[in-house]
Amino acid sequence: MKKQSKNKKHFDLINREGTGWFYSDIVKDHFFHPRNLLLKDPRRGEFDAVGIEGSMACGDIMKMWLKIEPKTERIKDAKWRTFGCASAIAATSMYSVMLTENGGLTIKQALKIKPQDVIKRLGGLPSRKIHCSVLADLAFKKAINDYFRKTKQSDKIIK
Amino acid sequence: MRRIYLDNAAATYLEDHAEKSMTPFFKSFFGNASSIYEEGRIVRTAIENTRKKIAKIINALPEEIIFTSGGTEGNNLAIGGAVGNHFKKAGGHIIASKIEHPSVLNVVKELEKKGVQTTYLNVDRLGVVNLEELKNSLRKDTILVSIIFANHEIGTIQPIAEISKIIREFNEKNQTNVLFHIDACQAGNYLDLDVKKLGVDLMTINGSKLYGPKGTGFLFARKGVKISPLFFGGEQEKKIRPGTENVAGIIGLGAALELAQKIRQKESKRLIALRDYFIKEVLKRIPGTVLNGHSDMRLPNNINISIYGIEGEAAVLYLDSQGIACATGSACTSARLEPSHVITAIGLPYEFSHGSLRFTLGRKTTKKDLNYVLEKLEETVKILREISAVKLEKSKYEKAIKK
Repeated sequence: MKKQSKNKKHFDLINREGTGWFYSDIVKDHFFHPRNLLLKDPRRGEFDAVGIEGSMACGDIMKMWLKIEPKTERIKDAKWRTFGCASAIAATSMYSVMLTENGGLTIKQALKIKPQDVIKRLGGLPSRKIHCSVLADLAFKKAINDYFRKTKQSDKIIK
Repeated sequence: MRRIYLDNAAATYLEDHAEKSMTPFFKSFFGNASSIYEEGRIVRTAIENTRKKIAKIINALPEEIIFTSGGTEGNNLAIGGAVGNHFKKAGGHIIASKIEHPSVLNVVKELEKKGVQTTYLNVDRLGVVNLEELKNSLRKDTILVSIIFANHEIGTIQPIAEISKIIREFNEKNQTNVLFHIDACQAGNYLDLDVKKLGVDLMTINGSKLYGPKGTGFLFARKGVKISPLFFGGEQEKKIRPGTENVAGIIGLGAALELAQKIRQKESKRLIALRDYFIKEVLKRIPGTVLNGHSDMRLPNNINISIYGIEGEAAVLYLDSQGIACATGSACTSARLEPSHVITAIGLPYEFSHGSLRFTLGRKTTKKDLNYVLEKLEETVKILREISAVKLEKSKYEKAIKK
């Protein structure tokens, strides 16, 4: 019973009706003050992996740079740049926070983050905007594959 | 924070003269215009005087004015009403440009479902309708051509008199009666609305774009043009638009249109100077920017630019946080997540189509406002380009412009 009401709240948050339009305070905060943004172009070898997803035609492009600790495969740093609307910027920012908080997630843990988890942390997104956060997670997967390739773990590459 | 409102194509404030003209009709003169006693007669007289006033402004007859609830209703009534009259005949054909307002395009699409055939005219890179294509598209079973007088997004003004000449010549040659409708919702503040000079059969005007009340407007329908109603009821507006009249709204609309047309030349001159100053400065100060629409055949208050490498919605929200209100044709503000159909129709390469920004000036806009906006726009673009995964490379955006 309790779980059901929680679910209901979740639906309200993401506004399935698609009538909602305005962004939550968390989204606004991450949009106006993006975390982990890559400001300077990286030096050669500064990051262990890089991934890019999206296209100019669609209007969303996300690029992500990762530092990964080899032994533990923990994500020590996640930087990004995004071409896209406010929610795309905020979702990528929040995603990078989730990857790196509390000492960083392991690759295995990080791959379990679902777009819905990001949306929840953002305090919800208007329904038509949900695809934006999905892109952040795809850019991350591309970067992880890059890491697997570079570390000769091609059997782990996510298709 | 001081707000600078540059979205006058979306809505204008109600100007004092119009507001004052409306006040008596809320409480003092609240009667129903259809009643024959004094309370009714007072209201009837006020409505008919407004009708005469509007008719004079647009060089039409009073009986050619049908009061509506605004631009959407006017466009629906003009197009749906003209076709409705033709339902007895099989088929029929409508021509509209690709850059019409949704309140035209979606009516046409709806009629398509009912079996009406359609042609959507292309526009060039500046947003001007292709007249040759129009000539070739006219058919003996064409019911109506609908063209937006001045575009709501990019401000391009269409050669209406030339278009009406093409239609008239076609009609004379083929003994047909193709009607010509224009959506003049964005035009009322700045352009000559003389329907004889324009040579149109139907014209839609709304009040909320010309400093009048929202929910008001009228359709001009030339005498002899048969229009079927969209809904049915009493005998108001010759049964074409039944329902108790929005008296205060009609009075306010009349007052607003009167003032708008009285000051339109002076105001156009003032705004053209501001508009061209802003455009020149943006293109000079911010690399990777292009002007959308025509540089001369353009609404005096319309500025529409595209900025390479940034997304329109993000820019609008940044500017909003700096006290500036403007609009975008970006995909991210539409439900379909595609750039606006107007921006797409002018063939803007996608490198630019996601970063379109519209600033529409108004009666209170000053050069000081625009200088502030220029400063904040420069800052916003700098921030968003820093965030953007698409880097500004001169060779790339110059190549894109040339496309």
